[in-house]
Amino acid sequence: MAYDYEKNIRPGKLPHIWCPGCGHGIAMKGLIRAMDTCGLDKNNTAMVSGIGCASRLPGYMDYCTLHTAHGRAAAFATGIKMAKPEMNVICVGGDGDGVAIGGNHFIHACRRNIDMTYVVFNNYIYGMTGGQFSPTTPTGDKASTTPYGNPDPTFDISKLAIGAGATFVARTTAFHATQIDKLIVQGIKHKGMAVIEVLDDCPTTYGRRNRFRSVVDMMKRLKDIAVPVAAAGKMSPEQLEGKVLTGVLHQEDRPEYCEQYTEVIKRAQAQSE
Amino acid sequence: MSQNKGKAKIEVIEKYCKGCNICVAFCPTNVLEMDGFVVKVARLEECIKCMQCELRCPDFAIKVHDA
Ligand SMILES: Cc1ncc(C[n+]2csc(CCOP(=O)(O)OP(=O)(O)O)c2C)c(N)n1
Ligand code: SF4
Ligand code: SF4
Ligand code: SF4
Ligand SMILES: [Mg+2]
Repeated sequence: MAYDYEKNIRPGKLPHIWCPGCGHGIAMKGLIRAMDTCGLDKNNTAMVSGIGCASRLPGYMDYCTLHTAHGRAAAFATGIKMAKPEMNVICVGGDGDGVAIGGNHFIHACRRNIDMTYVVFNNYIYGMTGGQFSPTTPTGDKASTTPYGNPDPTFDISKLAIGAGATFVARTTAFHATQIDKLIVQGIKHKGMAVIEVLDDCPTTYGRRNRFRSVVDMMKRLKDIAVPVAAAGKMSPEQLEGKVLTGVLHQEDRPEYCEQYTEVIKRAQAQSE
Repeated sequence: MSQNKGKAKIEVIEKYCKGCNICVAFCPTNVLEMDGFVVKVARLEECIKCMQCELRCPDFAIKVHDA
């Protein structure tokens, strides 16, 4: 019955570095189950990350892994996929890494519809560096850099991905553990840019500064705010106030970038003959 | 540490457990308890093998086996 996660983890790497109750561990387990379900070959799967607590994830994984510069996971992953289109490419990273410093790379990977799976661990904060506010820190909340409350409006990462052109976009939370792997499996199988946003918690730098006295309070919040897309249709705007939609939010077929580029190569070769 | 009675066998890997309390809080039948900074199996006979504790443990520290 118990799940054998260890066969995906580099020997001797556990316990991981994350704080007690950090949602990244729950999301990591969902990602492992999804990769197992898809039967990904360790030698033909690249896991790519930038910098941050979430971005440490590939270092634990017994796959081909690349820990790159802050915000640059999508850029390096694009390079891998272009050079080796047959490889499965999975990016993992935080909200800060993905949509603050890395926002540009993120949106352009979405626009190109390159065939990769990008899992964003959105804990609403820059966890690793001590809790500076990120583009997803709720307006009004406290961060180390917004001690009087965050004046900024927020990014909705899933909407950003849809707007930028990602062809599979889904969202869930660390509380909804079994949905994490279900959605990532769909993302991996999807041909094109798949973004899966996992809302999680950083008790150490976000929770304790705000209204969450414990890790369990943070998990309960994730449980309370999530509304499955199917249920949302039957709810009033008032009922949806403060909620986030979960499940598959967007899916479409559009030409994939590596395939388009192969056509460019063919045209160039035909002309030079 | 592992305990083996009743329908399930719950294994707590103490060196991984960080005492976050998530498994204790969300167990529907109140099987688990904190013992200092590590979780302990207090009422194994109540376990319904729903796997919620294992699924939500961020630290790979609790496993639910068939007895
Ligand atoms: C070029 C550069 N700028 C800033 C930093 C400092 N830095 C490291 S991680 C990080 C934020 C990480 O936040 P997020 O991606 O949300 O990950 P989390 O730690 O919350 O999982 C920052 C600003 C850096 N490493 N490199
Ligand atoms: S600082 Fe926050 S994000 Fe980083 S490991 Fe700790 S709880 Fe997790
Ligand atoms: S399997 Fe379910 S019932 Fe058994 S200890 Fe875990 S959470 Fe409780
Ligand atoms: S959820 Fe895991 S780390 Fe947290 S108390 Fe339970 S066994 Fe320990
Ligand atoms: Mg973060």
